[in-house]
Amino acid sequence: MNATAPFALAAASLIGLGLYGMLAQSSVLRKVIAFNLLGVGVFLVFGVVARRGAAAGLLADPVPQAMVITGLVVAFAATALALVLTLRLHQTTGAVTLAEDPEADAPPGKPGAETA
Amino acid sequence: MTDWLLDLPLALGLFGAGAATLAARSLFGAVLGFISTGLIATLAWVRLEAPDVAMTEAVIGAAATSVMILYVASRVGTRAAPPAPPPMVLRILAAILSALLAGLLALALLGLPEQAPSLAAPVLDTIAPTGLGNPVTAVLMAHRALDTLLESAVLVFAVFGIWSMAPDRRWGRAPGPAFLAEPYGPLAFLARVLPPLGIVIGIYIAWVGADAPGGKFQGGAVLAAMWVLPWIAGLAAPPCISDMRLRLAIAAGPLVFLIIGLAGFAAAEGFLAYPPGFAKPLILIIETAMTLSVAAAMACMIAGPPERRATP
Repeated sequence: MNATAPFALAAASLIGLGLYGMLAQSSVLRKVIAFNLLGVGVFLVFGVVARRGAAAGLLADPVPQAMVITGLVVAFAATALALVLTLRLHQTTGAVTLAEDPEADAPPGKPGAETA
Repeated sequence: MTDWLLDLPLALGLFGAGAATLAARSLFGAVLGFISTGLIATLAWVRLEAPDVAMTEAVIGAAATSVMILYVASRVGTRAAPPAPPPMVLRILAAILSALLAGLLALALLGLPEQAPSLAAPVLDTIAPTGLGNPVTAVLMAHRALDTLLESAVLVFAVFGIWSMAPDRRWGRAPGPAFLAEPYGPLAFLARVLPPLGIVIGIYIAWVGADAPGGKFQGGAVLAAMWVLPWIAGLAAPPCISDMRLRLAIAAGPLVFLIIGLAGFAAAEGFLAYPPGFAKPLILIIETAMTLSVAAAMACMIAGPPERRATP
């Protein structure tokens, strides 16, 4: 056990929660939110590793920190793209999920089929 | 072990906010849960002695991402009925898999050796020629400059991707839908009062990143927020996406970075190497261009593809 143990456990649990959310929720927007939760967990792992790598008078290893900053910006770009794709999916088909819905009257992919 | 008095509630808060995000009945509740997770994570980053990351997490991870999700959720989620969840068996399997992964990760992280490997010393040994005082910025601009170059290119391609979602008849117009102007509303008030302060703060954060926590991404994101605010308040119209000035602003960062990187072949040891004695001014030029590009690209990403009916 060491000083970063609480955050290590929090990071692992957030990764678990994010993965579950991505697999077990059918709304695309909820999946995007879960993807970002998973991201917070993965970045915190880097934070724990950076803090443990404190040396040479620095309180945390700068290399993992720089990688997380890069990662955060790339995750933001990926989220922006995913959100716009979701918005277009909704605008053209009226759907909010990629799962096949047997009860749907109109087949998915038909423009303007079920605009409420 | 007094550290744990702060760390333990933060760690529990992260788990609780994450669980609340998934358990929320409404989409709006899920977004609120995610914002809370991001803000607690910001505090966790401060506790992990990583103020640069804390600022990025607060501005980009928690704030900018949530603004986009809220915006799309308000247009998508409230109108459509929530879709049926996947079958129970699948959810139980997903829960087992996720719990297994989380458990193994926790074991691996707790079992890391006491003597952690660190690149802190090599970074500090080679920081002097760059003229930078912030080791994280030195890693971003010198040691791992290729990552930063590719990352700035990712922002440009993300804007390409978002703009290409525009319907053909809207191509070339201003990004985003036309927002309703409410001249005396609170948003219009904020959009008038905040930008003068925010622009100064954004530029300061980007500038101070050379020697203190901060940098182009954090500062650029603040500038992007200050640019988007008057658009959302309906006080100002964004430039058209066919405007060459806007396109140049978005591409300036990676372009300048690439040109200086290629010049390294002739003037220094190779690609992305800085000639001795010129590292600091070159890094400043790249950072200025990158701040502009991050601000322009993020503003365009938040606004979304062009959807306006009339040309502004």
